Amino acid sequence: MSLITSTSPHATVKNNTGAFMRQVIYATLPGLAVLTWQFGWGSVINVLWAVIVALVSEALFLKARGRNIAFYLKDYSAVVTAVLLGLALPPTAPWWLTLIGVSFAIIVAKQLYGGLGMNPFNPAMVGYVLLLISFPVAMTQWLSPGEPLSFVQSWQLFTGQLPVDGLSGATPLDTFRTAHSAGAVSESELASHGILHGQFAGLGWEWVNLAFLLGGLYLISRKIITWHIPLGFLAGLGLPALLAWLIDPVRFADPLFQLFSGGAMLGAFFIATDPVSAATSRMGRLIYALLIGLLIWVIRSFGGYPDAVAFSVLLLNLSAPFIDYYTQPRTYGHKSSNRGVS
Amino acid sequence: MSQAQTNKTRKTRSVFARLASGIRRPASIHDFHGGIHPPEMKHLSNGTPIVPGPLPQQLVLPLNMHIGAPAKPLVAPGDKVLKGQMIAEPIGAVSAAIHAPTSGTVSAIGPRPIQHPSGMDAVCIVIDTDGEDQWVEHQGIADYTEKSPAELVDLIRHAGIAGMGGAGFPTSIKVNLGDHQRVEQLLINAVECEPYITADDRLMRERAEQIVTGIHILQYLLNPRRTLIGIEDNKPEAISAIKRACKGCDIEVRVVPTKYPSGGEKQLIQLLTGKEVASGQLPAQVGVVCQNVGTAYAIKRAVCDGEPLVSRVTTLTGDGVSQPGNYEVLLGTPVRDLLAHGNLAGLDIGRLVMGGPMMGFTLHNPGVPVVKTTNCIIAASPEELPEPPPEQPCIRCGSCAEVCPANLLPQQLYWHAKNDDLEKAQHHNLMDCIECGACAYVCPSHIPLVQYYRYAKGEVRQQAADQVKADKARQRFEARQARIEQEQAEKEARRQARLEANRKKKEAGPAAASTVDVAALKQASLDASKAYKAAVKAAKAAEAEGADNLAELKAEVDRLKAVADKAKAAVRDAKDGAPVAAAPAEDAVAKLKKQVGDASSAYKAAVKAAKAAEAEGADNVAELKAQADTLKANADALKAELREAKTNAPAAAAPVAQADPVAELKKQVGDASSAYKAAVKAARQADEDGADNAADLRAEADRLKAVADQLKADLRDAKANAPASPAPTSPSTATAEEQPDPVAALKKQVGDASLAYKAAVKAAKQADEDGADNAADLHSEVARLKAIADQLKAELRDAKAAAPPTPKAAPAATATTDSPAVSEEQAPQSLSEVDPEQAAKRQKRLKGLKTAYNMAHKQYKEAHAAYERAERNETANADELQAMQVKIDKLKAKADNARDALDALVEEAKADIRAHTGKDLKTLKLEAARAESALADKQQELEQQRSSASEDTLEALSSELQALESETQIARKALKQAVEEQGLAE
Repeated sequence: MSLITSTSPHATVKNNTGAFMRQVIYATLPGLAVLTWQFGWGSVINVLWAVIVALVSEALFLKARGRNIAFYLKDYSAVVTAVLLGLALPPTAPWWLTLIGVSFAIIVAKQLYGGLGMNPFNPAMVGYVLLLISFPVAMTQWLSPGEPLSFVQSWQLFTGQLPVDGLSGATPLDTFRTAHSAGAVSESELASHGILHGQFAGLGWEWVNLAFLLGGLYLISRKIITWHIPLGFLAGLGLPALLAWLIDPVRFADPLFQLFSGGAMLGAFFIATDPVSAATSRMGRLIYALLIGLLIWVIRSFGGYPDAVAFSVLLLNLSAPFIDYYTQPRTYGHKSSNRGVS
Repeated sequence: MSQAQTNKTRKTRSVFARLASGIRRPASIHDFHGGIHPPEMKHLSNGTPIVPGPLPQQLVLPLNMHIGAPAKPLVAPGDKVLKGQMIAEPIGAVSAAIHAPTSGTVSAIGPRPIQHPSGMDAVCIVIDTDGEDQWVEHQGIADYTEKSPAELVDLIRHAGIAGMGGAGFPTSIKVNLGDHQRVEQLLINAVECEPYITADDRLMRERAEQIVTGIHILQYLLNPRRTLIGIEDNKPEAISAIKRACKGCDIEVRVVPTKYPSGGEKQLIQLLTGKEVASGQLPAQVGVVCQNVGTAYAIKRAVCDGEPLVSRVTTLTGDGVSQPGNYEVLLGTPVRDLLAHGNLAGLDIGRLVMGGPMMGFTLHNPGVPVVKTTNCIIAASPEELPEPPPEQPCIRCGSCAEVCPANLLPQQLYWHAKNDDLEKAQHHNLMDCIECGACAYVCPSHIPLVQYYRYAKGEVRQQAADQVKADKARQRFEARQARIEQEQAEKEARRQARLEANRKKKEAGPAAASTVDVAALKQASLDASKAYKAAVKAAKAAEAEGADNLAELKAEVDRLKAVADKAKAAVRDAKDGAPVAAAPAEDAVAKLKKQVGDASSAYKAAVKAAKAAEAEGADNVAELKAQADTLKANADALKAELREAKTNAPAAAAPVAQADPVAELKKQVGDASSAYKAAVKAARQADEDGADNAADLRAEADRLKAVADQLKADLRDAKANAPASPAPTSPSTATAEEQPDPVAALKKQVGDASLAYKAAVKAAKQADEDGADNAADLHSEVARLKAIADQLKAELRDAKAAAPPTPKAAPAATATTDSPAVSEEQAPQSLSEVDPEQAAKRQKRLKGLKTAYNMAHKQYKEAHAAYERAERNETANADELQAMQVKIDKLKAKADNARDALDALVEEAKADIRAHTGKDLKTLKLEAARAESALADKQQELEQQRSSASEDTLEALSSELQALESETQIARKALKQAVEEQGLAE
């Protein structure tokens, strides 16, 4: 009888990283559905195209690195990156924009650092920021919510056959920002922008964010993520927004508007929670997410960009190791937790 | 996480726990961080009662079934043993006994495979069972309260009871805490949190009463304030059975929620008491003692039934066995036998685990025995516990941190362990990991985290052990460095002392070689003392002559004495640092021999002078007497020195050194005493002869005697200060051979000078006797000679000071240049008188130079040989070799100088002798003839006047005759000596 010899434990949970990642992908489906409902098929096309680009890039570089391609593709990490970036891109994005962004995210931000688990920055956000800086116009051409394009229109936009100019419209965050940058703003002027006034937040976008919130809660319920990062993120964004709005409701957007606009919920539950590039201890994750939220609020309110999830996440990715060093939990039997580098 | 926040979180958690327990549980249960809920799998085995295990053919009992020292076998192969008979006794404090689980014969004591992670063997007692299962005579204690706790502890120790939960820590230690440790809580661990295992569950269901009795015994031993039993809520039957058994006593049953690892000691303590055991400490330090429920049962059996630990309840489970269940298995039963007993269907087994699935060990060999800690055997089918899936990259998902009961960051520990960054791993409290396996269980990437931690822990322990080793090595190294530094410092100090001594010597005048060893120092010391002695001698001579520069000489003597003392001190210092060697002692003896030789020649001169004085009459008898005294003192001093040298010298050197010097010294002493007697006789005669200058002579004699006494005292002092020089030691054999030949030469020089004095004095005496017409001239001549001698001495001193590296050659050279001048000055005045003295002087110089040359040459050769030897054997380093080379060069130069000087002197002596000897011999012959004719005339006169002259006249004539006779004798002797000397010189 040939016996297996191994070290304890001999039983392990019937789970793997691929299943973990697939859960994340499933959780994005409500958000994707709402995006399609509000803006047409652009996001779906983006996500599918992004997944193809990601898998091909990943496979090429796994081969170049001499790794088992099937084994590593099965961890679904490249798919998650592609889905998140595809969701973040405007539904008007042409094919090359996605190609550049996703291939850069997979090849440079992930594989060149050593593949899954070794990347210091969130690959999807690296790709997003690359595109945002390189192609600012293409990256800000969103559609008017509630007026979804047909699949043909979306496909023509994707292939570049249809010019974007006639179709594009501003997002609520863009509108709010443009209104304030024009000069003095009165309450009535703000009221004139219908897009700013949906049921409880920006028109259309409130439903997108609500869908991502639901997907995020699913992830928490499945213990794929913990509550620390989403809560920290939303608190970091919502609390300053609340304070500022109480002080000056005209100058500052209200907290619900902040929380349910742009990439807030996608960022809180799907982007900032990327475990590889985030802080790892519970307290560290809370601090990490709080600072992301705060940065988003600061950039939205005072910075040059209408949204700021990608920049904030990348900035805090930089700080994650530092945060980890100072947020070690108190180990059983120790009076206090260890701090800093050994 | 900050302390305050942590506390807050914990408080919040405990508030929730209390609220929850208010609903579900009667008593407060504290939660611990993390934990997992793996499939329990207990249903496989908990449905059937405990049944007896197999009685195998052979039992294998490892001597180390417990933590601590292995037990010591009490049986030998071939011994018959009965069930319950102690076959191995506990050794040391942490140990437990082993008993025969059944009756049979000990067949072997030797290495057998045991359950060990590395698959190693261990010494086991093998018993071939006889199938009778016959008990040894045993008796339980009816009322254990009649026994003292100490007796019970001993009983438990000798019943072989060790922790049955898994660790196997000898129970006798845990129940014997001493008076200083108050037990607040006694916790009975009945949690059994690992999946599959149901041994304690079944035990509690079926034997609750006995368990409770065991707990009472533990209470009696530990006297805890509270006793708590912790049972997981997935064992309701066990809970109710125990509750029934505990009714009416002070044991509290606490039901804890099912969560792995609630049964971990620290986790159970936290669950039941809320206390945390500080990192690196024992539960007893927070007033808690934990005992496994199985241990309590074993204690009851041992105490109340007298049955030592020979079996235990083991769960045999897994879908690789057809009859899973709990078996009361004899210790030592091979797992193979147990499997055969419970797996009648012969199902396929993919993995054999001893212990639970979370912390157990896989077995590589089914032959390993069941031991005291074996609570479970899982025979799993390949499907049930498959090969672990391949490891995927860590994505730092943090699941592990969520489940870690120690509240570690396993994902960080993994990174640091993988990178061998042990420092950071320790910073993340690696050593607090309890290896429960919860992290690895939940890891979605299937990383064998526990394996990484075990590895890192092993490395840390290894590093700690290495550190201890390295510290010891460093301490040794530092001690050695310190020692070497100290030695070097001492060396340097000695070197400085030598340099200082050399410098002072150079200032003082005496030649000193600037070599850097003890031999050189010794040499310097010797030189100084010789110079001092020579100076003393010179002073003596000067005093004898009449002391116009006496004060000056005395000052010189004092100065030299001081120098000698310093040099001796330096030698002594150097010797303190140097080991004693035998060879230098021989050198010292040889040196002493030479000194003795010198002394004897001085004696001979003195004897000669005394005889001359005897013959001449009494004008300088007192002087001679003083001189004789001095010489006698000198001889005594040398004799004492030689004796000292002999005692200091090793036995090997003694026989060589002994005979000659002693004989010589004896002879010298004889000579000295005879000279003394002669001098006394001469003095008496002088008194008789006529007293025209008697008063003067007596006054002179008194003065001289005083001077002599003083000199004697000085010499004694010198002797007392000099013991170091005659028997010095040196670490360097190459340099130890260095002999005091330069000093000898110097001494000879000084001796020559004094001899010149004596000769002059003698000449003056002779002149006095021959006829008083030129007596005044001669006296002035003596004074002149004295001045010349002084000048010579001063010149020699200068020469010595000028040529320190070649101390031997320089004085010789000076001597050769000086001597013609002396002879030139002397020649026109009294050639016939001076010449023999000159010859004698030259003779001495020749001898000295020969010796000096021989010695220098010998030294050179020896040094050269030593150098070659050192070079060949590589015993010396480059610096030493260079130093040796320098020394060799120096010695060669010395030897060459000595040879040149010798050659020159021989040439000169030959020429001189050729020029003068004829005359000398003629004069001497004439003198002898004249003396003889004068004697004959006087005899004739005496004969003629014997009849006619008065008594007085006759008496005067006869004394005259006597004097003439002695004169003739002296002349004959002088002639003979001259002839001899000529022959020698040729």
